[in-house]
Amino acid sequence: MRCLRMLVRILVLLYLAGAPALAQTLCQPNASNGYRVRISIKTALGNQAYEWNENEMFLFRATMAFAMRRYYKTETYNVDNIIVCNQTRRVSFWFVVISPENPTMLIPKADVEKAVSMSRHRINNAFLLTDRTLEFLGIYPTLAEPVNPDTPPWLIVFGVVIGAVFAGIIALLVSSLLQKRRKEKGMMEDGQDEEDRQMKGVENGINLDGIYNRGFTDDDRFTKL
Amino acid sequence: MPEEGMEDSKGGEERPKWNNKAEYLLTCIGFAVGVGNVWRFPYLCQIYGGGAFLIPYLIALVFQGLPLLYLELAIGQRLRMGSIGVWNSISPYLGGVGVASMLVSFCVSLFYNTIVAWVLWYLFNSFQEPLPWSQCPLNHNNTGYVEECVESTPVNYFWYRQTLNITPNMETSGSLQWWMVVSLATAWSIVYICFVRGIETIGKAVYVTATFPYLVLTIFLVRALTLPGAYEGLIYLFTPDWEILKNPQVWLDAATQIFFSLSVAFGGLISFSSYNSQKNNCEKDAVLVGVINSATSIYASIPIFAILGFKAHTNYVTCLNGNILALTNEFDISDMNITVENYEQWFDSLNGTHPSRVSDLKLKTCDLQTFLDQSASGTGLAFIVFTEAVISMPGSQVWAVLFFIMLFSLGLSSMFGNLEGILTPLHDLKLVPKWMPNELFTAIICLLLFLMALIFCLGSGNYWLEIFNSYVGSVPFLIIAFFEIIAVAYIYGIGRFSDDLEFMTGHRPNIFWKVCWLVISPLMLFVVLVAYVAVQAQTPPTYAAWNPDYVNFPNTEVLPYPDWVFAICVLLSSVPVISIPLVAIYRLICCMSGRHSKDSLHNNPNPYANEDYVVELLL
Repeated sequence: MRCLRMLVRILVLLYLAGAPALAQTLCQPNASNGYRVRISIKTALGNQAYEWNENEMFLFRATMAFAMRRYYKTETYNVDNIIVCNQTRRVSFWFVVISPENPTMLIPKADVEKAVSMSRHRINNAFLLTDRTLEFLGIYPTLAEPVNPDTPPWLIVFGVVIGAVFAGIIALLVSSLLQKRRKEKGMMEDGQDEEDRQMKGVENGINLDGIYNRGFTDDDRFTKL
Repeated sequence: MPEEGMEDSKGGEERPKWNNKAEYLLTCIGFAVGVGNVWRFPYLCQIYGGGAFLIPYLIALVFQGLPLLYLELAIGQRLRMGSIGVWNSISPYLGGVGVASMLVSFCVSLFYNTIVAWVLWYLFNSFQEPLPWSQCPLNHNNTGYVEECVESTPVNYFWYRQTLNITPNMETSGSLQWWMVVSLATAWSIVYICFVRGIETIGKAVYVTATFPYLVLTIFLVRALTLPGAYEGLIYLFTPDWEILKNPQVWLDAATQIFFSLSVAFGGLISFSSYNSQKNNCEKDAVLVGVINSATSIYASIPIFAILGFKAHTNYVTCLNGNILALTNEFDISDMNITVENYEQWFDSLNGTHPSRVSDLKLKTCDLQTFLDQSASGTGLAFIVFTEAVISMPGSQVWAVLFFIMLFSLGLSSMFGNLEGILTPLHDLKLVPKWMPNELFTAIICLLLFLMALIFCLGSGNYWLEIFNSYVGSVPFLIIAFFEIIAVAYIYGIGRFSDDLEFMTGHRPNIFWKVCWLVISPLMLFVVLVAYVAVQAQTPPTYAAWNPDYVNFPNTEVLPYPDWVFAICVLLSSVPVISIPLVAIYRLICCMSGRHSKDSLHNNPNPYANEDYVVELLL
């Protein structure tokens, strides 16, 4: 009995020691089911950039596990299921996802891609980064839907301007008409106004009745034919 | 010769008057200062050696621009009629000059207001976040961006596709673009509302349209000088290259620029000054308008070039950043270790250690000078280069709105002069029926011009506009101005003209003006005309077409004009000026056949036959 228990303990210890080593061999650069991640914190945050360390890496693995959970709608994924390797000071690294049921089996590339795409926004926000500064090489970000308002904004501005212009035209035309009518009434009543109007330089002047004074010659001005 | 009371010599009809001198001056300045001051002069300054270009420019202003300006303002003020009436008065044989002026003003109004319509379209679109020309739209199935936009730039795409919807060549006319028609209708409505009561409403409108551009230019100046790269742009603009003065093309361009910038030979200036009282010092007015026009050009080029310098700097930094990213990713260097400042050292060290990998990256050569050399003039400057610069400025909407309102004011105040050059001669020819109120007549003319300008709203409209701009807006004016000076200096007589000037201003013109009118200006005009025609004849008639299927897209495809289009170009240049010889021949025939010409302007009975006096022979 004691021999059996010790054997089990040794086997468990071997498994626990060997599993990470086994897992490490699954994660390699250019692995068939792995993705490369490239992070540019200083570009995104400038002065408020944080340091990339083991804690941040832990957060990354946790976020990826969250993405896998969300995609498969299960609660089986854990931090241990995300393996990272080949970290450079760029910061960039490779990661693979292993299945929780079978530690030797990798989740296919296509599924990982779909999971990442689904939760991309949450992953970005966890790190205060954007699609451009947190890159999953090979997974293209979905393009943002352009905001399409029902009425194009330029039509609204145009409507305001043209409404104001037409209102102005009508106002000016009506006031011109009223002015003319008032003047005509005034002329019929009182012929004295003619001189006043002449002094004021009336717009589009009234043809004053006068007789051309032949005493004045004007021939200097015009070149004779 | 005292001639008081000659004010109402035409049978006592009242002529409209300016409310005050300021309105008259602002209208003339607004007419002279147009979009060309903002987008043509800085470009010329840049390509012709910066500060050195000012020399031929100022020489042309003093010896050609100011004399012509003074002449037009003087004859308009003295003869108190529009362009047709004035030239009929000076010499009936040269009445064709007035007709030519009117026809040319008509053609120019057509395409100039279309440019104003484009400015309005951009203005309407500036009230959006983000600006529509800052990003590419998605294609049909939302998988990527529109290909034409990706291959060129979002700014180019917005101008050529979403504004003009341009066709690949002139033969394809395309259809009417409804949004352009709408903008054009707005532009013509705004012109009409300013013209409703003639110079009464124009005089009020110019208080805004003539002064607002200066305010905006100052705001831009202050803003632009605080942007990075502004000083490089200004240094690039103003560094004089004295060698360039040996090139005759520079002198030709300086003369033509001054000429078209002052808007002489349109007939508009004659019309405006005809509403003055005769006792007005038009010499001071002419010098003032001319100097302010040139000063505005120089003042406008400062913020324009500061902003272009900023744009070149931004492009340079973007280019460098692209290279930096490529290097960082390839060699896994820590983020932001390579910066714009130490790029050179990093590049040299990496190229030394791993030359093959570096060359595989195909890095772009980023040279600030190349970006500064990317100059543009005309609509390219306003709608492509400037809009791109505005995107990179914080608060882009505000700057875009300000810029396009400024362009709109500049264009609108010039339109006043263009339209006045059509309306006043028609009024003076008494072609308007008595029963028709002026408002209705102006409305009919505006409606007619709007309908004719619809050809510029077709898909190929931009190509047609370039044709109108090059062929109508150039040689005919030079010819008209030449005949104007000859008519006044030689046919009317410089002596008689000096008498008129003495009556109006109180002193005779000094020797400088006389020499210019008699010798220098006609000579310069003739030389410029001949040189311009010679240069045009040598360049093959081609145009730049925007063709997405072109092999070298996004470069424009250079195509020759089709034959029928070229025939239209020749017609456009010659038909306005053909009226000059036609009217002369017509008058000659009338005179030789012995009849008095039925000139409605000279309906005065013989002043010597004074029937009130009867001599009675007392036998």
